[in-house]
Amino acid sequence: MTGGRKLLGHVALLLPPFGWLTVFYLGSLFILLLSAFWQVDSMSGEMIHEWTLDNFRVLVTDETYRIIAERTIGIAALVTVTDIILAWPLAYVIARKVGPRMKLFLLVLVALPLWSSMLARIYAWRLILGHDGVLNWFLRSAGLPEQSFAFTNVALWIVFTYLWLPFMLMPLISAIERIPASLLDAAGDMGATPFQTFRTVIFPLAIPGMAAGSVFTFAVTLGEYVTPMLVGGAGSEFIGNVVYSNVGVSGNIPFAAAFSMILLVVIGAYMLVARRFGAFDGA
Amino acid sequence: MNGSMRNLALWGAASAVLAFLLLPLLIVLVFAFDASSVQIWPIHSFSLKWFAATWADEEVRGALLVSLEVAGLATLLASVLGTLAAVGMNGLSSRAVQVGAFFLTLPIALPGVLTGIAMNSFFTALEIPFTMVTLVIAHTTFCTVIIYSNVMARLRRLPPSLTEAAQDMGATPLRSFTSITLPLLGGAIVSGMLLAFALSFDEVIVSTFTAGSETTLPLWIFGAIRLGQHMPEVNVVVFVVVAVTLLPIILGQKLAASVSRER
Amino acid sequence: MKGFSALFLATCCTALVTQARAADLPASIGKGEGDLSVVAWEGYADDAWVKPFEQQTGCKVHRKYVGSSDEMVALTRMGGGKGFDVVSASGDAALRMIFGKNVQPVNISLIPAYADIMPELQEPSFNTVKGVHYGVSYEWGPNVLMWNTKAIKDAPTSWSVIYDKAHAGVITVPDNPIQIADAALYLSHTKPELGISDPYELTQPQMDAVVALLKEQRPLVKKYWALASDEVDLFKSGDAQVGAAWPYQANTLRAAGVPVQDTIPSEGATGWADTWMISTHAAHPNCAYMWINHVMTPKVQAQQALSFGETPANTKACAEMDATQPGSCKQYHADASAAYFSTIKFWKTPVKQCGNGQNNCLDYSAWQRAWQQVKQ
Repeated sequence: MTGGRKLLGHVALLLPPFGWLTVFYLGSLFILLLSAFWQVDSMSGEMIHEWTLDNFRVLVTDETYRIIAERTIGIAALVTVTDIILAWPLAYVIARKVGPRMKLFLLVLVALPLWSSMLARIYAWRLILGHDGVLNWFLRSAGLPEQSFAFTNVALWIVFTYLWLPFMLMPLISAIERIPASLLDAAGDMGATPFQTFRTVIFPLAIPGMAAGSVFTFAVTLGEYVTPMLVGGAGSEFIGNVVYSNVGVSGNIPFAAAFSMILLVVIGAYMLVARRFGAFDGA
Repeated sequence: MNGSMRNLALWGAASAVLAFLLLPLLIVLVFAFDASSVQIWPIHSFSLKWFAATWADEEVRGALLVSLEVAGLATLLASVLGTLAAVGMNGLSSRAVQVGAFFLTLPIALPGVLTGIAMNSFFTALEIPFTMVTLVIAHTTFCTVIIYSNVMARLRRLPPSLTEAAQDMGATPLRSFTSITLPLLGGAIVSGMLLAFALSFDEVIVSTFTAGSETTLPLWIFGAIRLGQHMPEVNVVVFVVVAVTLLPIILGQKLAASVSRER
Repeated sequence: MKGFSALFLATCCTALVTQARAADLPASIGKGEGDLSVVAWEGYADDAWVKPFEQQTGCKVHRKYVGSSDEMVALTRMGGGKGFDVVSASGDAALRMIFGKNVQPVNISLIPAYADIMPELQEPSFNTVKGVHYGVSYEWGPNVLMWNTKAIKDAPTSWSVIYDKAHAGVITVPDNPIQIADAALYLSHTKPELGISDPYELTQPQMDAVVALLKEQRPLVKKYWALASDEVDLFKSGDAQVGAAWPYQANTLRAAGVPVQDTIPSEGATGWADTWMISTHAAHPNCAYMWINHVMTPKVQAQQALSFGETPANTKACAEMDATQPGSCKQYHADASAAYFSTIKFWKTPVKQCGNGQNNCLDYSAWQRAWQQVKQ
């Protein structure tokens, strides 16, 4: 078997998937990039194909969009950190502390929310956090002061953290699973306290898992608009909401395209960083 | 802190996180049996009447059908593309694999709203009308990576000598693929397909921008939630979806578990 | 871009009109095509009149609801406007659809009820351009102030309550750039020195003042509602107690047992006048005509008026309204519509040309940007 034929085999296999990706996905992104430099007539909704930097000028000079971008990135980062913290105990228990039957059971439970409508689960939080909702009912019954998180950025933070937690759990579980038990035993034998073992052995080895999970939690939160729409309040606009309303409401694809370029840049940068931490090194 | 205390704290934290993960879903499931048409806690009377009402709703059945078709077709296409990508990239330098994986991951790692408007402007520019075809194309694009990563993970655990041996014995690459590699990858492909199906079945953001006048089940749910008019039916739909998909998840996890045991 | 809109307005209308005259209007309504895609305001395609329509005509109705004129326009343009047959456009959206060539001229001789439409709405400027009808006027009404009577005991009489810190965190207003006009209307009374005469014709200094007021309002707002049902949910759950609404939400909430009241405050109100229009690319034009004829009958006009809380365009609807709900014809001003009609500042799309001949007013894209600044 010659090297040339082997290469040809690879190319033949890779042509369909990467052809598809290039045409439908990279092609789409390219057209999106182009339209960011166009404009739309506000009355007729027709695209004006004249090159202009107006969209970007508005984005840079109007502080509204800076505030929205900062809010979006800030909450996405907060959600990612919260998910990492929340995922650890459960991931560790599932990966290390239970037998195979129990593990299967717990994995099914963790995956269960992913299989049921995301929208309905967001809506559930409206039922929970609402003024007359489930949470306040419990707080009242317990004689505690009521909360009013509904339609605030706190609600956004809670709901995002909830929604994307399984995406952090899954890679973290498999990362912890992959740590050889012999390594932990060795650490224990050498007199390391459990905390030291965690800090020096388990945590560093789980970093690729956390990095992989964070790509999902960060990127998915960054581009959301459904959750801010359903549980956010006044002052909860995300980049996604501006993009969505420019496409779905005011019909201004060029401006939406320009703003979404910011998403592209931020996420592109994040993925490059995550790659350094081994996020894409495989399952 | 001694060992048992530490264990207790760990289990306590894990249970609390698990509860956080499951309680909201539980609430939706319980509300499916609420007799009232407005959801107010605590529930006053229970009834099965909304199950019958939902089944009788033609819009729900139509949307379910569209969702099944789109998810089914997208999963099939993605399984072919994803498997080809994994097999084709297997054996390339790790740098090439990283770059390839990076591009395959883009459609799912980039936010749905970006993928959505990009594809929206792509189809608009090419004057392709929004139909089931555009939906399937969009869904296939982000499902491919799921199959790819499942198959790739399995391939890495296969000794490369296996296919080489077959080829040394005179088998063509295609033959060694169909008779040796593919059967070994079956489990990984199927569990990837289950995941991809689930992803497509629940997708709402990209669908919003590529569906045109088609209504998938999530789009129907989104409409119902925004209008607040069929909430009892939404609860029932979610209940049924969870009940029906429990089997494939267990199956998927079992397959994944058996794959990881074989490594 | 500058001046383009003005040029566009001037040239496109003439072009459109010639095109419209040349186009063949249907001479009769043929057999139904079996389906009808409707883009409508919430509550505008109710089963109460959709089901009988489906039975009579065999046209199966597919509904898509929207919460703002902008959303309506976007939906009718998406995918080249091929996805819908009829749309219930308010005055501000109607004109944009005509300019965008998203809707086609309508042969009013195929609409028998046209003769019974109140004179003001037979050929209003927002759906009739140079004598060409692009739709049939349907119903109209005011944007009202709504409040929870349990939480707010003294009935408010001024829009000032939704700018009042006393109600911080329980206020809700529409998420819609046209909401700027509501604030402008309020300012035209409280700050006459700004010289706002028409709330849809604002110069930059006037807009700055309006945006400043709305930015002060933002911290007090619980949520900007995008759909009528958002607001219904907010009032049901107790998260909102006072806000700008349509009579529809008040009716819906009262039917659900929530104690709300609504009024037109002393400053007056903005409002809408809706038109059923047919898509340029309608795949089911016969069903579309049949639909318009169906919803223009006095019975449906009355049902729509009562369920939404608005006034029918068809003057024959009065008796039907009183038959269903005695006194309702008078309550919704269907008996003396002309006087009431003139008190409402109807939604229209802001353009650069002010009514006074000046060209320094802000167009709608400036309004959309201003609204984004308000919401942040």
